[in-house]
Amino acid sequence: MTESTEPQGVERYLGKKYPRTWDEVPIAGIVPWPGNTEELPKHSWRTIRPVIDQEKCIRCRMCWVYCPDSAIVEVDKEYTNKKGRTFKVSYEVNYDHCKGCGICAFECPVNAIQMVPEER
Amino acid sequence: MASAVAVRGKEEAGRRERRRIGAKGNFAAAMAVRDVDVDVAAIYPITPQVQIAEKITEYVANGELDAEVVPVEGEHSAMSVVVAAAATGARVFTATSSQGLEYMHEMLYIASGLRQPVVMALATRALSAPINIWNDYSDAFGMRDTGWIMIFSENVQEVYDNIIQAYRIAEHPDVLLPVVVTLDGYILSHTVEPLEPLGREEALRFAPKHPRGYRPVLDPDKPMTFGPVGVPAWYHEIKYQQVRAMRESRRVIEETGKLFGKLYGRSYGFIEEYRMDDAEVAMVSLGATASLVKAAVDRLRREGVKAGMVKIRVLRPFPVDELVKALENVEAVGTLNRAISYGGAFEDPLFMEVAASLASRGILKPMASFIHGMGGRDIFVREVMEMYKKLMEHAKAGRSARRTYFWGVKGHNPDDDQKD
Amino acid sequence: MPRVEIRFHGRGGQGAVTAAEVLAEAAIDEGKYAMAFPEYGAERRGAPVLAFTRIDEKPIYEREPILEPDIVVVLDSSLEPHIYMKGLKPSGLAVVNTVKTPEQLAEYIRNHGLNPPRCIATVNATEIATKHLGAPIVNTSMLGALVRASGVVKLDSIMEAVKDRFSDRPHIIEPNLRAIKEAYESTEVACL
Repeated sequence: MTESTEPQGVERYLGKKYPRTWDEVPIAGIVPWPGNTEELPKHSWRTIRPVIDQEKCIRCRMCWVYCPDSAIVEVDKEYTNKKGRTFKVSYEVNYDHCKGCGICAFECPVNAIQMVPEER
Repeated sequence: MASAVAVRGKEEAGRRERRRIGAKGNFAAAMAVRDVDVDVAAIYPITPQVQIAEKITEYVANGELDAEVVPVEGEHSAMSVVVAAAATGARVFTATSSQGLEYMHEMLYIASGLRQPVVMALATRALSAPINIWNDYSDAFGMRDTGWIMIFSENVQEVYDNIIQAYRIAEHPDVLLPVVVTLDGYILSHTVEPLEPLGREEALRFAPKHPRGYRPVLDPDKPMTFGPVGVPAWYHEIKYQQVRAMRESRRVIEETGKLFGKLYGRSYGFIEEYRMDDAEVAMVSLGATASLVKAAVDRLRREGVKAGMVKIRVLRPFPVDELVKALENVEAVGTLNRAISYGGAFEDPLFMEVAASLASRGILKPMASFIHGMGGRDIFVREVMEMYKKLMEHAKAGRSARRTYFWGVKGHNPDDDQKD
Repeated sequence: MPRVEIRFHGRGGQGAVTAAEVLAEAAIDEGKYAMAFPEYGAERRGAPVLAFTRIDEKPIYEREPILEPDIVVVLDSSLEPHIYMKGLKPSGLAVVNTVKTPEQLAEYIRNHGLNPPRCIATVNATEIATKHLGAPIVNTSMLGALVRASGVVKLDSIMEAVKDRFSDRPHIIEPNLRAIKEAYESTEVACL
C-alpha cells in the first residue's frame, strides 16, 4: 500500500462543525472531531442527580466501574472520616456528563449515594 | 481489439506472461485484482464465482499478490470486512453471486452510504426458489437502487478492463462510491476467450493508489467517527450528497473509459452502439446477452433488415442522454433482458428505464420489451431475430407493446402477453 | 479460415472440458478468436459431458450451444453414435476414440441407421493415454488426433497450450506431450 505523505485536500470531505446546507455536512455524516460530545450540554437530560456522602463512602470504586457515561471521577482528595480512617482518594460526580440514571446509587454497597431531585 | 500494450515478458511463478492469452471470466477478474495490487480481499465462495476466490488465494499463496485475504463465514461478513478495510484506506475487493448478493444486501447500502470505494465482481446468477445456479440478471437488477455504480461486461476482456477501470472510478476524489462489475455466470465466468491483460505495472499506472489519507480514513492518530446516527435533521442532506456523487461519477466514468481507449486501444463509454448508423429498429440489451443481439443484427443485415443494437454498459448511473441520442432516429425500440420486476408497469426493469429516458426527453415511438433466458435458459440467435421481427411489426403498426413479451416459455405464445 | 465449431463428447473425469479449453487457448495463441465453454451443469464423474469450442478469424458473438457442429470429438468409445452424430454436418468430421478403423466405424454408424459424416478419424486413445499417463485420461491424446485429422490448429500450438495449462503440475507435461504426439501419428483418417 502506498504510504501517506500528507493528506491531499481531505478537508473537502470534512464539512463544517455547524453546517447549514447539504454541502456543509461531512461526507457520509462522519464525525471528524473526536470527543466533541463534550461540547454539548447534557445535564439538562437529568431529573434526579446523584449525591455522594463522603462520610459513608468506603472507596470501593463500584460507582466508577458501573457508570455508563464515565461521569464518576476519582480525585486526589484526602478525606478522613469520623472513625478516623483516612482515604487518599475521593469519588465525585461530573455533573456535565451525568444523565441521572441512578445506576451508581443502585450499585453502591453502602448506600452512600442518594438520588435527589434536580432543582430548577 | 488491436492493442498498444507492450509485451511485458516476465517470468511469474513459472508462467509465461503473454500479450494475448485464453482465459475464463473468473480468471480475468482475479488477474485484474492482482494487477491493481489489492490490499484486502474477503470473498465467500459461491457458484459460479468460486474460481475468483480460489485464484486470488493462489496469487497470495505463491507471492504474486501481497494482500490480506480474510476468510469469512458468509457474504454479509465479506462485505463488512471490505467496507471496514476500505475505511482504513485499503484498496479492497470482494466477489459474489445470486443468494450471496442477497445475503450481503443490507451491507451494500452501508458501503455506498459510508462512501467507501469497494469494488466487487458479480457473477450474475438466478435467484432461488427454485434453486438455480445458472445465469440471469435477477441478482444484479435487485441491487440497482443500493447506491452502487454498476458496470456490465459483455466478454472476458471487458471483465478485466472494467475491474481495472472500477478502481480508478471508485477511488476518484470526486466519486468515492462502490462499483460492481458483472460477468454473466458461466457464459463469461466459465468461458475461455481471448484476453489481453495490461500487466501489473500498466494496471497500476492506469489505476494508481492515492496517498492514504486523501479521503477520510480510520486512523488511531487522528480519530474520526464513521457511521454515527444520521438524525432526521441531516440524513436527507447526506443522501442528497450521495445523489450528487452518483451524478458526478458520470464525468469520471466517461473520462476513465476514454483514457483507457487512448492508452490501450479499447475505448469504453456508457453505451455501445452496434450498426446503429442507419438502423431502423434497435434492441437495447446488456451483459453477454448483447453478444447474441449483435449476432442477430449481423444476420438480419444480411437479410436486408436495418437492425441495430445498443448495449448498456453502465446501468448506474443510467445513461439517459447517451441512450436518447442513440435511439432518437430509429422507428422502434426494444429491450431484451434476463430479469423480472414482478408486477411492474412492465415486467422488464430495463424497459422501464429506457422508456422513462425517452419519455422524459419528449420522445414517443413504438416500443416493446422482451424477457428470455431466465435461470440459464439458452437464448438462440434465431430467437433474437424473431424478437426483432416482432419489434418491426410494432414499428409498422405504430403501436407499443402493452406488456412485456415472455419469449421461449414452453406452451406460451408471446402474443398472448398482449391480451387483456 | 471460416468459423469452425467443435463439440466434445465425454464422460466426467475424461477431461472433455479441459480439451475444449486447451484447444481454444491454442487457437488464441495463434492470434485467432476462440471461445470454449462446457455444457454447464452439476458435473460429476462418469456422467456424459459436453463441451464446445468455436474458432474464427473474427470476434465471435454467438453465445449459444453448438447444435450443428463441423467436428465432433468423441472421448468415450462407449457413447452411442446417435448421441455424438446429432446435428453433425454431413460435410463434417468425427474424431473418435476407438479400436475400430475409420471404415469399420462408418459401418458401425450405418448399422445404427445413421449416415456417417464425410470424414472419420479414429485413434485408440485409451491405450495411448494409459501407456503414457498410467490412466485412461484421453483428452490430450484426442487433441493430437483432432489436429491430425482437421489441422484446425498447429500441433505446436497444442503442445504449448498443454505446457501452459499444466505449468502448476510440471511432472505431467512430458507424458501428455508424448501421448499427443503418438496419437497424432497413429490417427487414421478416411474421407468419402
